[in-house]
Amino acid sequence: MGFLEVDSVVDREDRYILELKGISKFFPGLKALDRVDFNLRAGEIHAIVGENGAGKSTLIKIITGVYQPDEGDIFYEGNTVIFHNPTVANRYQIAAVYQQPASFPHLTVTENIFLGHPIIHPTTKKLMWKEMKEEAKRLLRSLGSDINPSVTMSSLSVAQQQIVEIAKALSVNARILIMDEPTASLTRRETEDLYNIARKLRNDGVSIILISHLFEDVYEIADRVTVLRDGKSMGTWNVNEIDEKDLIKAMVGREISQLFPKNKVSFGKELLRVEGLSRLGYFSDISFSLRAGEIVGFSGLVGSGRTEVAQSIFGIAPVDAGKILVEGKEVSIKNPMEAISYGIGYLPEDRLEQGLFLLLSINDNITISIIDQLTNRGWLNPPREHEISNKMLELLQIKAPGIFHPVSSLSGGNQQKVVVAKLLAARPKILIMDEPTKGVDVGAKAAIHQIMSDLVAEGLGIIMISSEMPEILGMSDNIIVMHEGRITGVFSRSEATQEKLMEAAVKVDRLTQVVS
Amino acid sequence: MKYRNSLSNRKLNIVFKWEWLLVILIIGISIVNGRLSPHFWSYTGIMDSLAVFLEKGFMVLSMTLVLIIGDIDISVASIVALSSVLMAMSYKLGLPMAVAILVALATGAGCGYLNGLLISLVPGLSAIIVTLAGSSIYRGIAYILLGDQAIGGFPSWYSYLAWGYVGKTNIPFVMVVFVGCAIIYGLLLHRTAWGRKVYAMGINPVAARFSGVPIAQMKQIIFTLNGLMAGIAAIFLTSKLGSSRPNIATGYELEVIAIAVLGGVSPSGGKGGIVGVCLALILMRLLRYGMGLVNVPGQVMMVIIGIVLVGVVMLPNIFSSRGGKRRTKEIQ
Repeated sequence: MGFLEVDSVVDREDRYILELKGISKFFPGLKALDRVDFNLRAGEIHAIVGENGAGKSTLIKIITGVYQPDEGDIFYEGNTVIFHNPTVANRYQIAAVYQQPASFPHLTVTENIFLGHPIIHPTTKKLMWKEMKEEAKRLLRSLGSDINPSVTMSSLSVAQQQIVEIAKALSVNARILIMDEPTASLTRRETEDLYNIARKLRNDGVSIILISHLFEDVYEIADRVTVLRDGKSMGTWNVNEIDEKDLIKAMVGREISQLFPKNKVSFGKELLRVEGLSRLGYFSDISFSLRAGEIVGFSGLVGSGRTEVAQSIFGIAPVDAGKILVEGKEVSIKNPMEAISYGIGYLPEDRLEQGLFLLLSINDNITISIIDQLTNRGWLNPPREHEISNKMLELLQIKAPGIFHPVSSLSGGNQQKVVVAKLLAARPKILIMDEPTKGVDVGAKAAIHQIMSDLVAEGLGIIMISSEMPEILGMSDNIIVMHEGRITGVFSRSEATQEKLMEAAVKVDRLTQVVS
Repeated sequence: MKYRNSLSNRKLNIVFKWEWLLVILIIGISIVNGRLSPHFWSYTGIMDSLAVFLEKGFMVLSMTLVLIIGDIDISVASIVALSSVLMAMSYKLGLPMAVAILVALATGAGCGYLNGLLISLVPGLSAIIVTLAGSSIYRGIAYILLGDQAIGGFPSWYSYLAWGYVGKTNIPFVMVVFVGCAIIYGLLLHRTAWGRKVYAMGINPVAARFSGVPIAQMKQIIFTLNGLMAGIAAIFLTSKLGSSRPNIATGYELEVIAIAVLGGVSPSGGKGGIVGVCLALILMRLLRYGMGLVNVPGQVMMVIIGIVLVGVVMLPNIFSSRGGKRRTKEIQ
């Protein structure tokens, strides 16, 4: 009898409001989630951490009903549920607050809070604005905020907008609140306020799922933490039972399974030197140099300013301060055309948005940035274009039936190779590659790495931005880590480890801000 | 995933080209027109009826470029009016007609340049806003200058431009100029590096910028060209009418854009060519001619042209949206 009683106590303590068992989600060529278990107690803050692409967003989208899992079960208070769509998840009182609030900027705070569930007079069916405004005020005040419910959303700061979003969640009596990178764009003071709100909600019995890159968030407010890596759950810990070092290890501690074809190349002369480069609001005081034969890897989290640095060097966005020297000569690069003329090539992060012309043929894509040089006094010279395209097709092993096919008919990996071909056709000396193997399959990945290795052997210099640790460690001669627009670590190939890079990438420098 | 679209094969593409559909429609309408009027199938009938329509043709050529880069210019009709009025006034002020013609060209190019300057320099200003404003400003100036008057009495040689024939032949002079312009535009768009960049800009402006295409400069050139062509249209239209007044060419912008779209130019950019729009120009003229034969009133004509335009443009969308629906069903 006594035995049973003990059992029931344990049962009560471990009663989960939400439990996910063996959840898998497949995308073409990608296992985003692989039999992930996750559970959430009533009235706790449960953090989910992991590298970019570890599967955090996919998991959240499954919990909010945006995606349906391909395998596994979801239990809500012990009962199996299926979240067909976000509306169903809403019915289970699950709400989410995102880093960039998904609100309606031109509507008022009250309208945003009560969008979708207005207070309506039971008989006249009129909207009861006065009541809604009062209720909005009450909700906001309960969150310790004195935001005027009559102002438009766009007049508020990001932090205030988040508070409105939380108020909206409370207005539907959310029992599960998902906070996706809530502090990423907040100041120190705002972050503290948000922590207090989160703690207060927890004490009121709301369960919070916290997604964050920042360990500070996790250690400040979370009760438990689950680590995701490569779509798998690495385990769940009570926050006070795992230290930062072990947490990092759990996040990145995979064996580097792929072989990186990196040959040792002796470095030549300096191709590019950047001194004190700054762009207000994006990055500041960036200095580094790139030599012939060298691959400099840029590591860091998404949003750390790496892409912005690359785009400024390529002339897409002007810098506010600093010098760029190409082969020892100071240059001013105002647009991509000039960058290309200085021998700089840029492989953009998003090949569909920034790299490809889907309606044009493979040939037209490859030759577009050098088309002026290929003409015969301004007239197109098809034989010459085709010669170059065919050479690139062969060089990069692009699998296509011919150069006249539109690039839209190619697979992702081959499309990426076409963008690389466009870059190489301009015969650059300095290559900036932003996530060169993002979204391509393993085979194409290895092929692109091989091409990079061959290029530096020919005397090019490559700046590679990558969010993939193995790629950074496997391909780079030197590694620069950025965090919030600043360089927070520089490592040589031999001294770099995943742990060191991760530590520099999540560097907690907020503590210094609190003083000021 | 691999090569999923066999239609993208180049040979098949030629077979299913939009231009063939236009050719079929042209033949069809010609047959109907021939039945309606015994005079239709005569060389002079066809030539002359086309020739009086060609001032719009000049505008269609450059409008094609504007639409391919994904922009639009609705100020062209007003530019025609202002160019015509300024030309007529210069002549009345005592300038030789030849100089007055240059004034028309300069006015057109100047208005276009102004449009292009605003569009390419001010990032938030879209082409539709700039040219909508331009549309009322340019015609407004024409009204301020001339009021309700008309200016005529041009030298007799000036009417030759629209009504004359080349030498002893019976080829209309305006036809020769138009064909020359069409060939120039065709070569520019389809045979030069510049033309390739025009398409690249329309298909993906971001990627074009990243590939070193000078977007602002090209927009500037294209809008200036569009103004210049409106100036040319003004010269021939004024010659045809024999006088200039501020309300000429009213509504031309819509018909010009309609012809370009009918010719296979996608208003969202990146698609279409000069051959297609020339065929569409012929088609539109034959359609109007046929309706004229059966005494369709002008207003009704506009309704029918509108319906034809929407119908023809919808054709490919109907097919693709059906395919799309089927696909989403499969996923569910």
